[in-house]
Amino acid sequence: MAVLTPQRSAPDSGAPQRESRRIGFSQRLGRWDVKLSPYLYISPFFILFAVTGLFPLGYTAFVSVHEWSLLGGQGDFVGLENFTFVLAQPTFWKALVNTLSIFVFSSVPQVVIAITIAALLDQNLRAATFWRMGVLIPYVVAPVAVSMIFGRLFADQYGLINAMLNTIGLDSIAWHGDRIASHVAIATMVNYRWMGYNALIFLAAMQAVPRDLYEAAVIDGAGRVRQFFSITVPQIRSTIIFVVITSTIGGLQIFDEVRLFDSIGLGGPDQNWMTTVVYMYDLAWGDQHSLGRASAVAWMLFILIVVIGLVNFLVTQRISSNAAVKKPKRKSTTGGNA
Amino acid sequence: MSSVAVTAQTAGEGAAKVAAQRRAKRSRGSTNRRASWIVYALLGITLVVSIFPLYFTLLLGSSEPIAISQNPVPQWLPDLSLFTQFRTVIESTQINFWLALTNSLIIAVIVSAAVVLFSTLAGFSFAKLRFRGRGPLLVFVIATMAVPTQLGVIPMYILMSDLGWIGKLQAVIVPSLVAAFGVFWMTQYLSEALPYELIEAARVDGASMIRTFWSIALPAARPAAAMLGLFTFVQQWTNFFWPSIVLSSSNPTLPIVVKSLQANYFVDYSLVMGGVFLVTLPLLVIFAFVGKQLVAGIMQGAVKG
Repeated sequence: MAVLTPQRSAPDSGAPQRESRRIGFSQRLGRWDVKLSPYLYISPFFILFAVTGLFPLGYTAFVSVHEWSLLGGQGDFVGLENFTFVLAQPTFWKALVNTLSIFVFSSVPQVVIAITIAALLDQNLRAATFWRMGVLIPYVVAPVAVSMIFGRLFADQYGLINAMLNTIGLDSIAWHGDRIASHVAIATMVNYRWMGYNALIFLAAMQAVPRDLYEAAVIDGAGRVRQFFSITVPQIRSTIIFVVITSTIGGLQIFDEVRLFDSIGLGGPDQNWMTTVVYMYDLAWGDQHSLGRASAVAWMLFILIVVIGLVNFLVTQRISSNAAVKKPKRKSTTGGNA
Repeated sequence: MSSVAVTAQTAGEGAAKVAAQRRAKRSRGSTNRRASWIVYALLGITLVVSIFPLYFTLLLGSSEPIAISQNPVPQWLPDLSLFTQFRTVIESTQINFWLALTNSLIIAVIVSAAVVLFSTLAGFSFAKLRFRGRGPLLVFVIATMAVPTQLGVIPMYILMSDLGWIGKLQAVIVPSLVAAFGVFWMTQYLSEALPYELIEAARVDGASMIRTFWSIALPAARPAAAMLGLFTFVQQWTNFFWPSIVLSSSNPTLPIVVKSLQANYFVDYSLVMGGVFLVTLPLLVIFAFVGKQLVAGIMQGAVKG
């Protein structure tokens, strides 16, 4: 740590001094180089982000207060009419409930499974890299492909999952008919793709836990299970929260899995598994061709995600300030700057 | 974590890698006992769960459509009839398989290269250069990581259609050229891995800023840049939402091919599943070579929402 301090101050004093030894035109050029380069290097990000990220988000608000057709373009200013229309649609509320339901089914089991896998990977394994790569395979399968495959596994008739249920004496489940069952099926696809990925994040956190804690626990006579719940889980708490936050942001925007779960891709005949993003898509590019109404949905979903994100953030701050434990690299930086 | 950071600061990437390896070796397992067979059995089950869905596509691809509609697992081993499905998918004029493969490759390569270049440039600036407004701008970058920019699709679509880009690859490429996460990730890495002495030495030797970036910062950033590139590649390759809005089946990417397979042949699951496997195969092959790096990247914090 001692070497850090002089290094930090070096460029402030060092670089300009050396510049000033040069003379004339090249000196002035050098000074401009030092002054402008930092801005020049960050400008591609900021310019492109402004055009492709910020502007569209802001403009969504503008579109949402106009009548705006996919084919006809901008129409009259209608105030909040698009919002009131959407809020009056039962489909909107159904899609919102579906989204939250799928989110709950995917986030909770996902964290539990991922931590379990991480705990297994954290053992003293032979061929550790092989196992780590193995659990990561689902990550490189595109969500659309996952959805197609699980669409077959969860087929209502002659699907493998139902066949297995039948073997152990249970009735078949109408995965494409029953509302909750379809949510479980879609959540399973999300879990399949992300469990190994999240397990590796947890594994990294587990390996950062000081080993002397475990040694102390062993001396105190704690078994493996007790060690896991009393040391591992509290120590990786901030990572758990981080994974929950990222999966919240992703989970509220589920689209691919729903689009491929049946051949029409709009959440089934009764919109039983339609999500809000799919509803937005359907308003804009489905039969209605209403970009205005779709923008209203986008804007409301945006606010919802930001609010949930903020709540998450505040809870995180609370919990991590209560726990005087070392936090993983990424967390501490985000917390420190934001 | 902090011990790794200091090593990296003083001795560069090589020492950091050694330190990380040493750390990994020391910390593997809660005790030094070898893992029991139960652990291997449970991991084996996890592995089967991970791989079976892919194997399942091979099984259905090898079976007759009739058998599929009467039996959950028509056969337990794939056979050569699989290649008939592959050929049908590849040769179908409705599917445009080769075009989709080329398109996916073009998009993923260009976007990955651009994200890496722009992120490293900005990361170098944020991590190692002093300028007015640096702090607030960096906070802004980090804050935007939590913003669901996906929800700006409607104005983006209007913009693309005004530009006449609907159906063209640039409609997918241009909006993905920069990533807030990439800037954050490279800033993090370079502030640890690039010593100020190196930059100073280059400046003393009379190197311009861009020369310093090119000859000092870029080589130092290579490990993190490679990981950022890999994750961006996978993300672009599997991306469906935005491409499905601006592209069509006449100029598709591979994920769009999956959708049109279902639309065209939704009864013939044998063909559909053969196609699904074929679409997944390229990334599986790449994974065989770079899987290790992906694992390392995730464990070092290359976390993407």
